[in-house]
Amino acid sequence: MADTVSQSEVEIRNANGLHMRPAMQFVDTASRFTSEIKVSNGKTEVNGKSIMHMAMLAAAAGTKLTITAKGPDSQQAIEALKDLVEVRLFDEVAWQPKEKAAE
Amino acid sequence: MKSPGSRKRKLPSEYLKMEIKKGIAVSPGIAIARSLVIDSEDYRIPKRSVLPSAKISEVKRVRDAFKKAVKELEKFSSGEEIAEGNIKDIFAVHQRFLKDKNLRKKITDLVYNELLTAEYAVSITLRDIANHFASVQDKYISERAADIYDIEKRLLRHLVGGKRDDAEHINREVVIVAHELSPTQTASFDRKFIKGLATDAGGRTSHTAIVARSLGIPAVVGLEDVTGNIAPTATVIVDGNRGVVIIDPDEPTLKEYRQHAIEFERLERELDTLRDMDAVTRDGVAIELYGNIEFPYEAEMVLDKGGQGIGLYRTEFLYLYSQTEPTEEDHYKAYSEVIRIFGNRPIIIRTMDLGADKFTQSKRFTQERNPFLGLRSIRFCLQNLVLFKTQLRAILRASVDGDVRIMFPLISSLHEVRQAKMILHDVMEDLDEDGIKYNPNMPVGIMIETPSAALTASILAGESDFFSIGTNDLIQYTLAVDRGNERVSTLYSGADPAVVNLLRSVIHDANKAKISASICGEMASEPEYIMLLLGLGFRIFSLAPPMIPEIKKLVRSVTVESCNIIARKALSMNSEREIVNYIRSAAMKVLPEVF
Repeated sequence: MADTVSQSEVEIRNANGLHMRPAMQFVDTASRFTSEIKVSNGKTEVNGKSIMHMAMLAAAAGTKLTITAKGPDSQQAIEALKDLVEVRLFDEVAWQPKEKAAE
Repeated sequence: MKSPGSRKRKLPSEYLKMEIKKGIAVSPGIAIARSLVIDSEDYRIPKRSVLPSAKISEVKRVRDAFKKAVKELEKFSSGEEIAEGNIKDIFAVHQRFLKDKNLRKKITDLVYNELLTAEYAVSITLRDIANHFASVQDKYISERAADIYDIEKRLLRHLVGGKRDDAEHINREVVIVAHELSPTQTASFDRKFIKGLATDAGGRTSHTAIVARSLGIPAVVGLEDVTGNIAPTATVIVDGNRGVVIIDPDEPTLKEYRQHAIEFERLERELDTLRDMDAVTRDGVAIELYGNIEFPYEAEMVLDKGGQGIGLYRTEFLYLYSQTEPTEEDHYKAYSEVIRIFGNRPIIIRTMDLGADKFTQSKRFTQERNPFLGLRSIRFCLQNLVLFKTQLRAILRASVDGDVRIMFPLISSLHEVRQAKMILHDVMEDLDEDGIKYNPNMPVGIMIETPSAALTASILAGESDFFSIGTNDLIQYTLAVDRGNERVSTLYSGADPAVVNLLRSVIHDANKAKISASICGEMASEPEYIMLLLGLGFRIFSLAPPMIPEIKKLVRSVTVESCNIIARKALSMNSEREIVNYIRSAAMKVLPEVF
């Protein structure tokens, strides 16, 4: 299969942000795919398969991250990661942005 | 610090840069040997380099530590005893970190390219990451720095632990260089090969100092950063007389020190001739000199040096040596060994004094915020009766074999003495029931080492057959100074007017109650204090065995009359400085060669 590049922007929506356990889930999910996976917060780009790198992004709730996958299964990788971050919310409670909570 | 390159070029030794470090001399003698540096996972790891030729094996040490740490965590997370949920997640996260090639490479690169030790590379890398987390605004994320410290500790435990095993199995003569040595560490050293000790931390009464003196090996502590200044297996001179440590000495210095070492031994031999002479002052007052011991084998040394008995038999080693709690037989055997050597001479056994800075290997003690004011010593025993009674039973059984006396440590109230004695009587009744013999009149004494005990000595005397003053703790509690903390240890002094006044009041109360009061703390081994103590009225001293001849020589050179004058004068002084200078110069006039 030919290498393809897929990219998507995701928002951290679980209340406690991308702390240790979510970082682990992210890395575990990313590692299921052969594609190379990079994650950027606009300032730094890190290896999505390294827990050290992911944890050091220290992305709090509300942070937007760009995930780029490059490889034969890039599309599937992006979908799985987007699902983990935005739909499953790392199996945590959702984040309540302050202005929304005030409504 | 020397660059690794300069060693590789094998410069003639006189061009090697010699480094002289000043610390506190805590145990006399001169040692010249190669260094063995021991890091501790509990302290900041100092920056140290490895030789270029060692970088491959150093990288392997990093890899091995990672492998061992991963294995350890696998055991945890597969084990059923581990709680579900959170804890399991935490271990899983740590495992991911330890398997992260990016992390490992960062560390091995530091070792390989910068020639740093595995310990330092691990520490600096993980601390960088932890600092990064700690600086994050989000509180939930910033608290994750603790996880990183945990991973650091786990890796260091494998790295340092391996080295520590080396220290237990050394087969060449070394000088141990460390930040500070724990009782557990020193208990496992093979004393045949340890020629000297040099540590960053500690003061005159730190554990390292006490152990060094009792083993009779030279030691210098409070060197602040000696561990950071030393290459592995550098040649080191420890001058325990002047408190100097010399790293990579040049040829003339080495020669000079070899001469010093010979001279020192000659002086030691001369003091040994005092062994069979009485400890009596020039005006005919008999003084009793006993030895402090920790291990049974030290009893021989007390006899050798002319000690009249054991004034303090510390029993903590029984708890520190083995993984399991000592049995009654373990206790009994240890006591019998000393009785066999001492026959009918007095042996004062102090009951278990653990807690605070000393803890057992099974980590029975939970962390306390303020361990020196916490559940230690007699307080711990009174709450752990099974452990306490095991020891009391063994002491009572041994009491029929010799002149055994028992002493309770860290007494701070009358209630505690009564409680301890009540338990002792319970054990006596048990022995009666079992038909086992013991001495029902075994003297029961207490240590006076808290200000509260010193101030209520007249009350406590009613329940005690003798007092023994533990000056180390008494000074520490009176002046509120941690003797092991090098940043405040200069405030720690037996010559403080507060301490001198307490000592006077205790001996006064003891004399009035017609019971004996001895000094068994470090003060009794320090020549400068002896005249003051004699003048205050003390007649019994128990000290580190190697110091007995020196103190005896001093005793034989003074008169009680002159000591009385010194004590009276010291009691009228207002400051520690004034008293120290005064008693030091007084002692120096009597026996200049001791100083």
